[in-house]
Amino acid sequence: MTTIVEGLRDAVAGEMERDPGVFVMGEDVEIGGSFHLTLGLRDRFGAERIRDTPVSEAGFVGLAIGAAIGGMRPVVDFQYADFLFCAADQVIQQASKLPFMSGGQVTVPLVLHAPTGASGRGAQHANSIENFFFGVPGLLLGVPSTPYDAKGMMTTAIRANAPVLICSHKHLYGTKGRKLEHLDGSADPVPAEPYEIPIGKAVVRRPGRHLTIASALLMTHRAVQAAEELAKDGIEVEVIDMRWLAPIDVDTVVQSVEKTGKLLVVEEGPRRGGWGAYVAAAVADVALGSLDGPVRRLAGPDTPIPFAPHLEEAVIPSSKRIEAEVRALLVAD
Amino acid sequence: MVKAQWGADVQPSEIDLDGPIDLGQVGLELATELHGRMSLVREFEQRINKLFLQGRIPGTIHLSLGQEACAVGATAPLRTDDWITITHRGHGQALAKGVPARRLMAELFARETGCCRGRGGSMHIGDVAVGALPAIAIVGAAVPIAAGLAFAARQQGSDRVVVSFFGDGTLNEGDAHEGLNLAALWQLPVVYLCENNLYSISTPLSRQMRNTRILDRAVAYGMAGVVVDGNNVIAVYQAVTEAVERAREGGGPTLVECLTYRQGGHKRDDPATYRPKDEVATWLARDPLHRLRRAFETAGLGSVVEAAQAEAQSLIDDAVEFAEQSPLARPDAT
Repeated sequence: MTTIVEGLRDAVAGEMERDPGVFVMGEDVEIGGSFHLTLGLRDRFGAERIRDTPVSEAGFVGLAIGAAIGGMRPVVDFQYADFLFCAADQVIQQASKLPFMSGGQVTVPLVLHAPTGASGRGAQHANSIENFFFGVPGLLLGVPSTPYDAKGMMTTAIRANAPVLICSHKHLYGTKGRKLEHLDGSADPVPAEPYEIPIGKAVVRRPGRHLTIASALLMTHRAVQAAEELAKDGIEVEVIDMRWLAPIDVDTVVQSVEKTGKLLVVEEGPRRGGWGAYVAAAVADVALGSLDGPVRRLAGPDTPIPFAPHLEEAVIPSSKRIEAEVRALLVAD
Repeated sequence: MVKAQWGADVQPSEIDLDGPIDLGQVGLELATELHGRMSLVREFEQRINKLFLQGRIPGTIHLSLGQEACAVGATAPLRTDDWITITHRGHGQALAKGVPARRLMAELFARETGCCRGRGGSMHIGDVAVGALPAIAIVGAAVPIAAGLAFAARQQGSDRVVVSFFGDGTLNEGDAHEGLNLAALWQLPVVYLCENNLYSISTPLSRQMRNTRILDRAVAYGMAGVVVDGNNVIAVYQAVTEAVERAREGGGPTLVECLTYRQGGHKRDDPATYRPKDEVATWLARDPLHRLRRAFETAGLGSVVEAAQAEAQSLIDDAVEFAEQSPLARPDAT
């Protein structure tokens, strides 16, 4: 059975086979990279195409942008998503804006792969980086939570004629996607052939009629777990996995809320500046009449993330807290 | 005791910045071509200065008056399919690489016919068709991007090279450091062209860095380096020609430092009174176009100068007319 990291790797290898312009660059990618995205790929493709860099994020992202403009399709592997800040100007001001500023003369087919979220490594290696790049016009942002999506979204990203940031959660690299795909806990095998996943389309992971949860990444897994517990009491929660945050699929959330009348947005990062606020506002804007309760957001607190497991657990929403939040919303009814 | 090694061929203090320009070094045909391009750049910028002050050009403009020899000398050795990266002070760089004056002017006027369809403006001018990457106005950011263009060329088996323009102020940006290191490390076919105009806006070189010998950076990164009289278009042309040949043949990057001077302020609301009057006078006397004109006149070729001026004026008249008659950029999403 395939894991998320295997799905991502499979996509990269498949596109490298198909297109000689695709190459991977990053710190220690020749030995596999920090979360093993490129494990074994150096032996297969050589050090020219699985290319180690110095510790120099702004430099190699800038170089990748130039290479992309020059007709290649670079995949930049970050050790930790947090290091994107070191390359923030290159991502926000260059890759994402050059196509616009040039009047469409320039395309930047660039993929940034970034391990996001908290995982016991302390405050500087725990950012939910997707929130910082959520509001960058010109940048596509994918957040896969199953191996099937990981492979399809990475393939889609490499083929896209635009910069794409793929955030994978550090806790999910080894996950096989069970329970997200089928209620009985099985997951479909990941096809060997390359395939794409439509950009900007969310997916309903679990149908329900009492309340809608919009979530992403690790929080989708926890929301499904909470939904299973709630189902034992006859509470049917519909869990939506956003899959892409930019562009973001508000329509799927609205359609669900029209059915359930209630919305809980669950996200891992700090509450202030989270993508969930956008979803809450958008639903209030277009579907206020369908709501029969307040829109609630369950998110991290506005603090840095601690390293200690018991402290980290206290700030990152757990399935128990999601469950409690759902019950509170339904009781308030 | 270890003494710092300096890789430059010549110390800046040994360069004669006031000497006559020897047309014979490149031959009359090329010298005439270089003079024509410099005249066009000068005319373009003097004209847009007026148009901007009249309120006919929106946004902001940064003039390169006094630095024309760098732009023209550094682009003349290039083929059309070679790349340049352009700075916020880049009208000259773009024109010299071959961006048509009409489309450049229309861009400044925010017209749909502009080289970037009016989406970029003065700080983002460029035309991919002539190898002019639309300008990057964030200081230092273009340095690694230029390395990437060079990397792509090499990986694709092409012998295209890149000339990346920047100023002295750029050398204190982190992105510039990272890009220079990568270009040297991977021996990429790129020429880094530093227009050292002695100031980063109002801050003189001596207040930007302890070691003001910019070529020491080339030594630090392990790349070739050379410093030239940046107001002598032929000197710039010769230095860049050698660097371009080295890059094309797989010899890696070069840092070319051009000693020059920004004759005016940083932008139109900057009178540049922070600079000593005698320094300004010294450098105005070194005006790169006037020096070149003198060389032609001394050789009895004053007619070349007059013809170039007349042609530049008519090209810019035409460009302004084209721009003003073009439709404004449409407010669509792209």
